[in-house]
Amino acid sequence: MTAFPLAILAEAGRQAPNWVSGYLVPLAYLVAAACFVLALKWLSAPATARRGVWIGELGMVLAIVGTLVGQGRLDYTWLVIALLAGALIGVPLAVFMPMTAVPQRTALSHAFGAAAAALVGSAHYLLNKPNIPLFDMIALMLEMLLGFLTFTGSLMAFGKLQEWLPGRPLTFRHQNAVNLSVLAAALGVGVVLVAWPGASYLFPVFVVLALAFGLMLIFPIGGADMPTVIALLNAYAGLSACLMGFVLHNKMLIVAGALDGSSGLILSIIMCKAMNRSFANVLFGAFGAVAKTGKEPDIYGGKVKSATAEEVAQLLADARRVVIVPGYGMAVAQAQHAVRELEVQLEQRGIEVEFAIHPVAGRMPGHMNVLLAEAEVPYDKLKDLDAINPTFHQTDVAVVIGANDVVNPLARTDPNSPIAGMPILDVDKARTVVVIKRSLSPGFAGIPNPLFAADNTLMFFNDGKAAVLELIAALKQV
Amino acid sequence: MDQEFTSDLFVFLLATLLGLEVIRRVSPLLHTPLMSLTNAISAISVVGAIVIAGQDYPPEQPYGRLAKVLGVAAVALAFSNVVGGYLITDRMLKMFRKRKGGP
Repeated sequence: MTAFPLAILAEAGRQAPNWVSGYLVPLAYLVAAACFVLALKWLSAPATARRGVWIGELGMVLAIVGTLVGQGRLDYTWLVIALLAGALIGVPLAVFMPMTAVPQRTALSHAFGAAAAALVGSAHYLLNKPNIPLFDMIALMLEMLLGFLTFTGSLMAFGKLQEWLPGRPLTFRHQNAVNLSVLAAALGVGVVLVAWPGASYLFPVFVVLALAFGLMLIFPIGGADMPTVIALLNAYAGLSACLMGFVLHNKMLIVAGALDGSSGLILSIIMCKAMNRSFANVLFGAFGAVAKTGKEPDIYGGKVKSATAEEVAQLLADARRVVIVPGYGMAVAQAQHAVRELEVQLEQRGIEVEFAIHPVAGRMPGHMNVLLAEAEVPYDKLKDLDAINPTFHQTDVAVVIGANDVVNPLARTDPNSPIAGMPILDVDKARTVVVIKRSLSPGFAGIPNPLFAADNTLMFFNDGKAAVLELIAALKQV
Repeated sequence: MDQEFTSDLFVFLLATLLGLEVIRRVSPLLHTPLMSLTNAISAISVVGAIVIAGQDYPPEQPYGRLAKVLGVAAVALAFSNVVGGYLITDRMLKMFRKRKGGP
């Protein structure tokens, strides 16, 4: 009975001419794998990046057509229905999605990819048990574990990013111990299933444990840690697809999954470094759970100076070099187009304008760059941390819009601060700093920011978009 | 360790090392498109889903019907990432422009 699917596969293979499934299809897979590598190579710079997308598409077409042809006799009715359904979900999610919503779209697509791998793994197990070789079984269980946990974890991240769920970390007593026991239980059941693949009554238990662990993993994650966690979920989804390659002995799947996995790994390392934190601290630290420290009066006590739009406009008009520092607040206020308009106004007056982009600004890696590119800011004005920091002492005005923790000098000065050692944008070295912010409320780290009380800082209290529009209007009067 | 598994491991190792080298060079400007492109690429798991969803399972095959349902769902989910991932990556990359007449 268990040989059934194998018999079907073999029969399907016999229907197609030998040279098709024997040579043409493996060759198509090989070329597809090469396309995927080239796609990522060309993505390295904006000038060649679109070519990367095209060759990636070519690889995908080769792989899918190769599979359809190589399998010979297939039940096309259901395949066509499934492919159409996929296209119907995928196209609107890509075409109509506003750029401010890209983080949640990404989380959703990680959920879909991981679910696909987990479902294929489940079907493979149910069809072939108990005659699954040891190594295949190990790969299969890992594929399903990562697939199911990434599915619910990514849905949870999606809910937080979409603000259907509270963005602050959800914590309870002994949370880490509980989470780790759920993971241990899932692994334990997994090991039993590897040893006795026929014990299929344990399979639903395994699935439920993996799904539960995914949710629990994301409960304690706050908004500021989303860039790291999205990158990590990206790596898990990729690894899950890669493990499917091990189960099906399909090397193209292994290559594509490994590329996705290494991309997620690199991005999460970059994000962790940009916050000076470890993976363990991000996952288990429940960062930002404390809302208030009550220290605000000591730091701010009467030293905060606020300015009007006219005063700030005058400062900007007199500047030679202005650096704009966007943060998540700019995305929330949808202020990117207004910011672009401000940049154009300043440049028409002969003022040099650049943008300082911190790696963890926003809710996913590269979030600010995409928003500003959407607003038609040329990409050569978007500077990363290392490029912009040495230029702040020659900058007349640094304008901070909706950023907080990434410009907090406590990271340099207070070794006991939760953000100690985090690389920050040295805006305080500019001659004048203008901070556009609704209030003095702390950022995600939950700590006050001495920058707001610094001698060279002016606070411009307003909503990000309204503030920039007021500045533009005031500039026209100067 | 069987031969097939060993060669799979070699491929995995080399692909990971290659991936780390290539992706390390991606400009931080493009980290969001990078994530959407790799997401589209890893949706290649649609290939495995097609094999499961495309079979006709005889009624006496245990779990045949369930496998079919899981396979069809997996094809739809993975293919939505294929289509959506490439479309949104291209949409984002189209927005990245240099300044006019600049260097």
